[in-house]
Amino acid sequence: MMAVGMTGVHAQGAGADLPTHMVADMFKPLSRPAEMIHETSLLVLVICAVIFFVVAGLLLYIVVRFRKKATDNTQEPPQIYGSTNIELAWTVIPILITVVLILVTSRTIGEVQNAKLPEDALQVRVVGHQWWWEVHYPQYGIITANEIHIPVSSKDPKKARPTELILQSADVIHSFWVPQLAGKTDLIPNRTNKMWVDPYTIGTYFGNCAEYCGTQHANMLLRVIVDTPENFEKWIADQKAPVPPPQTAQEIEGRRLYYANACVNCHTIGDSVSKGIFGPDLTKLMTRQTIGAGVAPLNHENLLSWVRDPQILKVGCLMPNMQLLDNEAEAITAYLETLK
Amino acid sequence: MASDTIVDPDFKVPAPERVGEEGKTWSHVIQNLVFTVDHKKLGLMYIGAGLLFFVVAGIMATLIRIQLFFPRSTFLDPDVFNRFFTMHGTAMVFLVGMPMIFGFANYLIPIMIGTRDMAYPRLNAFGFWVFFFSGLLLYFSYFGAPGLYNAGSAPDVGWFAYSPLTAKAFSRGHSTDYWTLSILLGGIGSLATSINILVTTFCLRCKGMTLGRMPLFVWLFVVVAFLVIIALPPLSACQIMLTLDRYLGAKFFDTQAGGDAVLWQHFFWIFGHPEVYILILPGFAIANEIIPVFSRKPIFGYPIMVAATVMIAFISLGVWAHHMFTVGMTSLGNTFFAISTMVIAVPTGIKIFNWLGTMWGGKLHFDLPMVFCLAFLFQFLIAGLTGVMLSVVPFDWQLSDSYFVVAHFHYVLIGALLYTFFAGIYYWYPKAFGRMLNRKLGFWHFWLFTIGFHLTFFPQHISGFLGMPRRIFTYEAGRGWEIWNQLSTIGVIIQIPGILFFVYNLIYSYFKGEEAGDDPWDAWTLEWATTSPPPEYNFEKIPEVRSRRPLWDLKHPDDPDWKFE
Repeated sequence: MMAVGMTGVHAQGAGADLPTHMVADMFKPLSRPAEMIHETSLLVLVICAVIFFVVAGLLLYIVVRFRKKATDNTQEPPQIYGSTNIELAWTVIPILITVVLILVTSRTIGEVQNAKLPEDALQVRVVGHQWWWEVHYPQYGIITANEIHIPVSSKDPKKARPTELILQSADVIHSFWVPQLAGKTDLIPNRTNKMWVDPYTIGTYFGNCAEYCGTQHANMLLRVIVDTPENFEKWIADQKAPVPPPQTAQEIEGRRLYYANACVNCHTIGDSVSKGIFGPDLTKLMTRQTIGAGVAPLNHENLLSWVRDPQILKVGCLMPNMQLLDNEAEAITAYLETLK
Repeated sequence: MASDTIVDPDFKVPAPERVGEEGKTWSHVIQNLVFTVDHKKLGLMYIGAGLLFFVVAGIMATLIRIQLFFPRSTFLDPDVFNRFFTMHGTAMVFLVGMPMIFGFANYLIPIMIGTRDMAYPRLNAFGFWVFFFSGLLLYFSYFGAPGLYNAGSAPDVGWFAYSPLTAKAFSRGHSTDYWTLSILLGGIGSLATSINILVTTFCLRCKGMTLGRMPLFVWLFVVVAFLVIIALPPLSACQIMLTLDRYLGAKFFDTQAGGDAVLWQHFFWIFGHPEVYILILPGFAIANEIIPVFSRKPIFGYPIMVAATVMIAFISLGVWAHHMFTVGMTSLGNTFFAISTMVIAVPTGIKIFNWLGTMWGGKLHFDLPMVFCLAFLFQFLIAGLTGVMLSVVPFDWQLSDSYFVVAHFHYVLIGALLYTFFAGIYYWYPKAFGRMLNRKLGFWHFWLFTIGFHLTFFPQHISGFLGMPRRIFTYEAGRGWEIWNQLSTIGVIIQIPGILFFVYNLIYSYFKGEEAGDDPWDAWTLEWATTSPPPEYNFEKIPEVRSRRPLWDLKHPDDPDWKFE
């Protein structure tokens, strides 16, 4: 059940050939902050397990030993009202355990929360929307959505290149949670939160929005695609490269329809006049693995379905049915498929 | 001897006046319920209404679990699912937990302290009816809330309704208003009842019942009443602020106009965390009465039990932000709330050990109330330990808002609280109705419900470890969550017949149950000194007590408690 490298549901898009970490087991951390959390968690888990077995064992012993037996007489047992010494003992022991927990906790809080990141750390600004993620790379001038590409880091502190996530929200509260990379941090409107990840294995990491944010909270899925530094740079270059103009008559017609309809009000495509900011940036749409923030793999069939009526794949999402004719939807889909 | 005065052998009990039962017409029965100010009837009405809402909210939970059986299931629409979990949570806290605790308090406190009614009987009735209408108002949203925009019906913002999801921009129509008003109303009822509890216990105790001789049950409710009075005003305040935001252009939580989303969380959890103890302390109160009687020993360490309760209540007012470890507080803030939360484990631990100490050396009778209390102890141990894990901030960064949290608080609210409710009902039903609940049906209820409960909620710890967030209406295949969700749903299917056995038992035993007599459990507190059911005036003659266990003194004149306390 915890297999790494399980085949994902996707077939295309940048990073589709990487191993996938679909089962986001917090006890299999693959990044530094997640590992620090993991170490503390294991210790706490062990302490709690010991307490559980001692107390539950005591309870079981009492239930067996002091149960009323058939042979008992009807006399009441000795009436004991309490014992200061014993009560003192079971006050002091929990206090000692609590002190240990407090020390461990405050140390890890500081280590994770106040970690000093190197100057060259990659910065990614993630903006939560009802029900998708807007992703900015301020150091590179790139904007994408839902799938976050970052370079792999290293356990060796000299070679490590962690990524800093700058978390904001455009509407309600969301929460960024990819368990194998780090704990979760909320994206809150009017606030900027920060967290960091430092993965040391390549692969696609799965996560979710973890704060209830409305109708399609369940389908606000996250993918973090961790690749080698070379492949990451290649991906950056590819995202910056200009998009070839549409070739076929259908693609050209699709582009005309795209600009003639309301699409431009919400979506951005590169340097064109399409500068909407309410929906995901479509400049390099076809380099992604999924659409609808992970609700379905990005392929022709799903894209066509989405263009015709997004409410089929993701009921309640904020993109309305544009009431397109069949041939219009197909033309727009053909145009969108040139965006790579 | 003073304790002899509890029962006056020469006194004849006058036949109680029972309008509804003599007339036997429905209008009489309803009049009797609507106009009553008797604390016992109101207590039973609270519990009855609580059980009614429990069944409705339980049906919603069942539908939620069916939806989550398969990945990408289309059994429920997302909006329907979101309304269900909102209504389930809101109802279970405000319409099941709160009325049930007030039901037990109402019925038992006046009898336990040897008086004839609550201090303010009409305020008591007012409290009940305000609560009951707040419940109807909440459920009426299914019909009434579509509103101007035809958006939404029942509330779908989650039971803690984080802003700005509740702002006009994101919650159109009136569903959120129904939620707000219902909680505001319910809060008024809870405040009224709490004030009543305090005045009753401080002013109406019978002769000889010093504070130090009150049953622990009563002590714990005094603490609960204080907590309600302190914790509810912030909740009411933020509901009013939200309404101002939505209708009069205030900007408290409206982030689009510069308001603060986190402010709501502070307000809500300043109420919300004491609320957890408001709910669980009555569970402890019930266990404090039952465990000694069925161990045949007095409670171990009465003074420290009171002290631990007061400590829990006090500390619980300073832990609220442990619900907010992921909002980006400073490391100092996180550490402070981690410490305060962990410290609360100490008095809680004392309580568990004192219950074990009570049983140690006793003669344990495994009747139904005791069996439910033993399960409570075991399950509360798990709930407490998962609570400790959640207080460890780094662990919480992973577990917060995951299914682990869902598992944790269901172990608290079902595994601990609901089990003590069941124990209390099995224990005091004979007093309230004069008949025993059927033992065989009761054990069917116990085993089915216990197996179902663990099967439902234990796997949710694991799906939480595997990254499953709460409140999702569906999930992808291949994330490793299928099996745990399926076990969980099967668990619910096992719980349902357990509940059916319980409900059937309540009705069956009312007519066919074995006659209970005044004191079926050979117990020691004052409620067992009067008849079953008690007359409207509770005692023919107000008793006088000399110790914490007046009936023990009466039954063991050679070895009375007051010699040792």
